[in-house]
Amino acid sequence: MKFKKTPESLVKDPGLDETIKNLTPERIVQVVNRVLTKENSARLQAYLDTCVHCGLCADACHTYVSRDKDPLFAPVSKVRQTLWELVRRKGNVDGEFIRNAARIAFTECGVCRRCSMYCPFGIDMAYLLLIVRRICSLLGVVPVYLQDTTNSHSVTSNQMWVQQDEWIDTLQWQEEEAQAELSTVRIPLEKEGADVMYSVIAPEPKILAQLLGNMAIIFKAAGEDWTMPATDGWDNSNMAMYSGDFEIMGRVERLHWETAARLKVKKIIMGECGHAFRGAVYDGPRWLSWQYPPIPMIHAIEYYYDLISSGRIKIKQKYQEHVTIQDPCNTVRGRGLGDKLRYIVDALCEKFTDVDPKQEHNYCCAAGGGVINCGPPWKRSRMLSNRVKAEQLGKTGADVIITPCHNCHSGIEDIIGFYNLGMHVKFINEILVECMEKPEESEG
Amino acid sequence: MAQSAEVDFSPGKAQLVDLAALKSRFARIDEWVASPDGNSIAAPVKTEEGRFTICVNDQTWPDSFDLLWMLRYTPAGKLMALVQSDFEWTVAVDGKPWENTFEYVWQPRWSRDGEIIAALCKKDNEYGVVIEDKPWENRFKAVRDFALSEDGKRAAVTVQTDSLGEADVPGFFEGVWSLAVDGQLWDKKYINTWSPIFNADGSKVAAQIRTDICEYSISVDGADWTERYGCVWEPIFKGTNGTVIAPIRHGKNWTLAEDGRPIWSGEYNQLWRHSFSPDGSKLAAIVSPEFGRWTIAVDDKPWKRRFKDMVLEPTFSPDSKRVAAPVKSDGRWNIAVDGEVSGQGWDQIWDPVFTPDGAHVLAKAKQDKGFLVVCDGKPVRTNLSLCWDPIVSPDGQHVMLRYVEDEKYVREVVPIEELAR
Repeated sequence: MKFKKTPESLVKDPGLDETIKNLTPERIVQVVNRVLTKENSARLQAYLDTCVHCGLCADACHTYVSRDKDPLFAPVSKVRQTLWELVRRKGNVDGEFIRNAARIAFTECGVCRRCSMYCPFGIDMAYLLLIVRRICSLLGVVPVYLQDTTNSHSVTSNQMWVQQDEWIDTLQWQEEEAQAELSTVRIPLEKEGADVMYSVIAPEPKILAQLLGNMAIIFKAAGEDWTMPATDGWDNSNMAMYSGDFEIMGRVERLHWETAARLKVKKIIMGECGHAFRGAVYDGPRWLSWQYPPIPMIHAIEYYYDLISSGRIKIKQKYQEHVTIQDPCNTVRGRGLGDKLRYIVDALCEKFTDVDPKQEHNYCCAAGGGVINCGPPWKRSRMLSNRVKAEQLGKTGADVIITPCHNCHSGIEDIIGFYNLGMHVKFINEILVECMEKPEESEG
Repeated sequence: MAQSAEVDFSPGKAQLVDLAALKSRFARIDEWVASPDGNSIAAPVKTEEGRFTICVNDQTWPDSFDLLWMLRYTPAGKLMALVQSDFEWTVAVDGKPWENTFEYVWQPRWSRDGEIIAALCKKDNEYGVVIEDKPWENRFKAVRDFALSEDGKRAAVTVQTDSLGEADVPGFFEGVWSLAVDGQLWDKKYINTWSPIFNADGSKVAAQIRTDICEYSISVDGADWTERYGCVWEPIFKGTNGTVIAPIRHGKNWTLAEDGRPIWSGEYNQLWRHSFSPDGSKLAAIVSPEFGRWTIAVDDKPWKRRFKDMVLEPTFSPDSKRVAAPVKSDGRWNIAVDGEVSGQGWDQIWDPVFTPDGAHVLAKAKQDKGFLVVCDGKPVRTNLSLCWDPIVSPDGQHVMLRYVEDEKYVREVVPIEELAR
């Protein structure tokens, strides 16, 4: 089988172009057979035997729909061009094949699992594409920016090379910033025995530090007994899960859970991120032999819902902008938090127009699954792969898109710019802190 | 643990500090810490806008600082904190800041006896280690995992040896991480190095290394094990002969290897946090014999009882005969001793504390908002606002309890028979 030349196949990425030069046929066969026979067996075989090639998954895929239903971008086609060939040829493929398989698996599928809902047999297509990613990772053929993120995880346990002193310094700085708004706010570091450890992903201290200060204000208003670690293990994100480096994925997740255990907290509350939830709650624990997270992990959507619905946080005035929602795949399709998300938005916002399709049927942002982490070389392809998202959002007529996920947030921001939607993105955290009643105000 | 030989274990209960009275003195009081002899309680306090100091019992340190955090008592009873003045950070011990200052200082460590204090530090945008106010002469582009020898005289830290440009993946895989011991780099570089550890006399250092995308091993003083594995976890030294033991992953399963050779025949879904008994005769580790089930294995024999949620590091009794570990099933934490659990379970539990003869096990726990002390699975003090680990007297006859009750800091010494009754 020959790969059809597409504009995407001409994108330059040294993580693919240069690394395939080091591959030998023997190495490819060895890695493919290791992954297919030693790391995967019954589940993979069941999926391969079950798929009847009906193509019902095609219309579920934002990439396929956005690219005028080009059959090359249908989920079944992505598997056919990659995994099926690797199985059929028992790994006897060349470097160019691996390059194209990596392009498809890393940049044209966000492993969002929407297609699985439309498969008559429920085949987890994302799992199949993740097997391709695993093969590529072991061969060293990974988009360079995604691999760099994984390298950062391997060294620092966070995804943006944040140094230990930078992390602590940022928390102390954000505590001071938040005190300008609410003088008694703290960010308690290393408080052993607190009820809650709050964990975030590295973009927060690196480029969106105000979200940390906002959360300190929310915790203060809620009367939460909380802490953050002053050691590695604070980052709950995991791009190694998406690059196929499961050993680094496991190392990152282990440290995250052991940090919570060291601090003796009852639960972890995590910030607004979807893939981090998946890594910390599903993929990471299972690789480490936990059936489920060893300490309860509460996503920010669940936490905000509890705060508002229980009255622990009261809304002072509603947000006046016209808003809509981006349902993050890993927390809405993966965890069923769509109703809670809408409860929060209804409670916070004066004018809300829902997306269509919505909830678990919502289209992926096309940034998750590690796709946005593939970096600038693939941005145009990512934009072309999600025209349907731009159309969906544009139809709402909203001014602001609430995106309770970092990947969604960045991906939707790109789509707004590329398709000139004239909209803005916000985290719930930003709107909540603006609209809620703060303790000193209520005392005053 | 406190130098309990020097501690007064005369039975009795004393309310030492009225914490309620301190609330009106300070605009802000952070987390309290109790001294290992039980006689003092201390917390960072805000004295005025932008000024912080330490309050010990009801006395403040003479100096105040722009910022202050990480207040800790060492086992020797030294009270240390990380402090900032004029945008420079340092370590303050018993009220006196070190002379050397840094852009940042963090991760304090101390010797086994708590007499020597060290920390990571950053100066002129380079990173290093400072021990007792003496910074390493050599500094590095980045540092990460940090270990101090038991006597506190030597330090090892994982360091980045060369600069990398943005997304320099080939450069990264050439290996730019190594270990610096007392400021001197190992000869070798690796893709990754993690978790350095000294042997008991501080003469050797071992660490995890990564030599290829999916090739891991152990290095001792820069001499790598010849074997490569799918993954490894933290190594430890075997006390008697200086060999190194680490969890290794072969295929999908984990076991323990000594100097590269498997020493346990059991193959586990997971295995980590192994440790030797005080006499060196037994080796225990956290293991997962079946997916989603956890327990402790002693000398490769897993306890029969399994726990669904989590098992933490095993602790041997001082006589090496018994093993205890915090365990969690169905959301309840408990202490398992030799595989048996007797308590009702709590929201949170701390590490077990054995009496010297191993007959009794105590632990601090938390239920809802209240702390408690548990002895042999039975709550012996409850509804405490704060509480610290119990400390057993060297003769095993008495236990010192340190807690806050009704806003009073209490030091109480109780005969063990009374608690274990």
